[in-house]
Amino acid sequence: MSEQTAIHPLYAQLISKFPDSVVRDDRAGFNGVVVQPLNLLEVVKELRDSLGYDYLSSVTAADDFPEERLEVIYHLFKSVGGAPAVIKVFLGREEPVVPSLTPMYPGAELQEREVWDLYGIRFANHPDLRRILLWEGFQGFPLRKDWKEPLYEEDVKPFKSRWPEGKGERKELLNPYKDNVQYPREFEPSTVSGDVDQAMYKSLEYSDDPNSRVIKTDQLVVNLGPQHPSTHGVFRMAVVLEGETIVNLKPVVGYLHRNHEKIGERNTWLQNMPYTDRLDYLAPMSNNFGYAITVEKLMGIVPTERAEYIRVMMAELTRIASHTMTTGFLLNDLGAYFTPALYALEERELILDVFEEVAGSRMMVNYFRFGGVVRDVSPEVLKKIKHLVYNRLPRKIDELDKYISANEIVRTRCEGVGVLTADDAIAFSTTGPNLRASGVPYDIRRADPYSIYESLDFDVCTHDHGDVYDRYRVRIDEIRQSIRILKQVLDRIPEGPIMAGKPQYATKVPAGEAYGRVEGPRGELGFYVVSDGKPNPKRYHVRAPSFINLTSLAQMCKGAKVADAVTILGAVDIVLGEVDR
Amino acid sequence: MAENDLNNPEIDIPDELKQQIAVTTLDRIYNWSRSNSLWPMMFGLACCAIEMICTAASRYDLSRFGMEVMRPSPRQADVMIVSGTVTKKMVPQIVRLYNQMSEPKYVIAMGACASGGGPFKEGYNVVPGVDKFIPVDVYVAGCPPTPQALLHGLITLQKKIEGEHIPDTRWYKKGEVEALPIPILGPDLMDPRHFELIREETHKPLPVVDVIIEGGETA
Repeated sequence: MSEQTAIHPLYAQLISKFPDSVVRDDRAGFNGVVVQPLNLLEVVKELRDSLGYDYLSSVTAADDFPEERLEVIYHLFKSVGGAPAVIKVFLGREEPVVPSLTPMYPGAELQEREVWDLYGIRFANHPDLRRILLWEGFQGFPLRKDWKEPLYEEDVKPFKSRWPEGKGERKELLNPYKDNVQYPREFEPSTVSGDVDQAMYKSLEYSDDPNSRVIKTDQLVVNLGPQHPSTHGVFRMAVVLEGETIVNLKPVVGYLHRNHEKIGERNTWLQNMPYTDRLDYLAPMSNNFGYAITVEKLMGIVPTERAEYIRVMMAELTRIASHTMTTGFLLNDLGAYFTPALYALEERELILDVFEEVAGSRMMVNYFRFGGVVRDVSPEVLKKIKHLVYNRLPRKIDELDKYISANEIVRTRCEGVGVLTADDAIAFSTTGPNLRASGVPYDIRRADPYSIYESLDFDVCTHDHGDVYDRYRVRIDEIRQSIRILKQVLDRIPEGPIMAGKPQYATKVPAGEAYGRVEGPRGELGFYVVSDGKPNPKRYHVRAPSFINLTSLAQMCKGAKVADAVTILGAVDIVLGEVDR
Repeated sequence: MAENDLNNPEIDIPDELKQQIAVTTLDRIYNWSRSNSLWPMMFGLACCAIEMICTAASRYDLSRFGMEVMRPSPRQADVMIVSGTVTKKMVPQIVRLYNQMSEPKYVIAMGACASGGGPFKEGYNVVPGVDKFIPVDVYVAGCPPTPQALLHGLITLQKKIEGEHIPDTRWYKKGEVEALPIPILGPDLMDPRHFELIREETHKPLPVVDVIIEGGETA
């Protein structure tokens, strides 16, 4: 891969600095360096402090089964832009331990917990290592290749029982419980208490001793969610309150953990495309985009020019739809009830009409293919988009802006609430509008350009205060920039084929790894895929922006009032399909 | 339902009174009024919740059917729209919410996931269909169902309610309706009704070919 040679000087520098502990990952198609677990901290410290890799984007793991080896993979970036530094640690399968990077990069906290949950890799010195997507007491580490789910059929789809003859038995009927469950041998069900939250409550570190405080008041633990109208889905916050002030907060996630990664590693490459729609279901086109460019990196194909323009057009329309909806629901969280959300949904419906016309479905578009898109955009649709872009959306955004931005209640509730400084935002691996609202001009469309964004004229919108109000402002500005991009795309869109090569069902992907990322409406959406030449990915990991943006939630909420927590969460803008995957 | 449909059994009402009087049965008037003011619970699980919100918004406008009052509290809701994938981690809460709803109560399984697991059925944290734990009245197909499909599901539910007969209905009979048992999270999701089966199966001698109950070996 071309990337490998481009960033090689960095790895050479690392290897010469730590000759004993750093070696190059020389498997074909792989890049990066392999670091000894014991030296990880000093290597990463060197990367952060001397080489400027201050942004830890992704922490994940992979299982090299049948080899007796687990890997932990780190992707570090510079917050000024550029290609990643890929660091790997190889571990044995029995009792794997690796030093935690959370003290150095707080943004690793939730991601390391996820790796522990799904791979059973322990992170030494992690402040709060508990299961995150599953519950305490779940048996096994499900992403390990030798762990089989209850309805396991085969390693690779399409399953023989369904294809080609399709006469197989339904797997759940073979299961003794006729259901999607399995239990360990000699298990006694009545020994289980079912109380899975003890460790979480313990980690909140609250004390019910009133003498420990100046004002003698009880600390109170309040659970917001998982069924709560303000949490945008099945998210839960456990909040410790002193009066109305938040002392501590823990996000509790996993209520929508749909096993994207396990299912994705059984699916063929192409079968994963519709699954990506269901990650961030407010921005399915962006998810398609991220997955498509990642696999294209591995396959080494380039989409046709018309396809590139169509892709960017769809991605920007998605951004507008998503940002308007976020704005509407932020106002909903502020107590404006449904009116602003209804205004936002009106615009979203018009954009969904476009999607329905080009892709056949309003929400779950499944529109991108490796090398292009699945259907061409007709002149009528282009006309429709033109009408939206030139006549409808700019006015509606101005209207929204006029009604909301100067509104006194909005300003009092939002300004100075949930402040995240630029340094904190980078350390917490915050991405997207949240990062830019803290004054960091980091937009992947500019920092690490993909597709045709390099040739397009647009600004990276930033605001300086890092509060809820600025997050809202950044989104409004970005909608305007998206409209600007769309105007250019509509002017320049060329005629031509929409697929590079023939459309194929079974995609041949050469062995190797790739990390691709796009700037989705919620920030850096990354896909880490590993291929071993088989019809399905060996490792399929989604670096979900809204999941990682949650890492800084506690930091933003501490000291705020409990009503503000709802606003702060609304401005962080999470989509649970992506948080829990 | 039109006014003359309410007039049942057919009794001749003088013309001058037709504006003021309708003679009907208790079942009809009671079901008619209930079915036209169903309050759904504001309860979104996944992608389908977004389509549910769109159904409630201006373009599809749920309030045409008297259903626009989305209640966040189960105590005030009549119908639970299970909109999205039901996971093992979430299902205890869903059953609890169902138990907390006051009767009469109805459930709509919205979308493929809630009806039968959908594309995520094989997932280790997914409950293949919410009907394994709570009784479902109407299933709506789609992934996600379009707002039109959800509206059709709700109208189907209205028809079902209109066909109800008070003496036959579970919650008007004597005695209490028992709450559903809440599933427990252990090494896997456990339905309290299946404890005996679990005990029996996990204590069976290992069969020669069996990969199912032996799943997680790395504890």
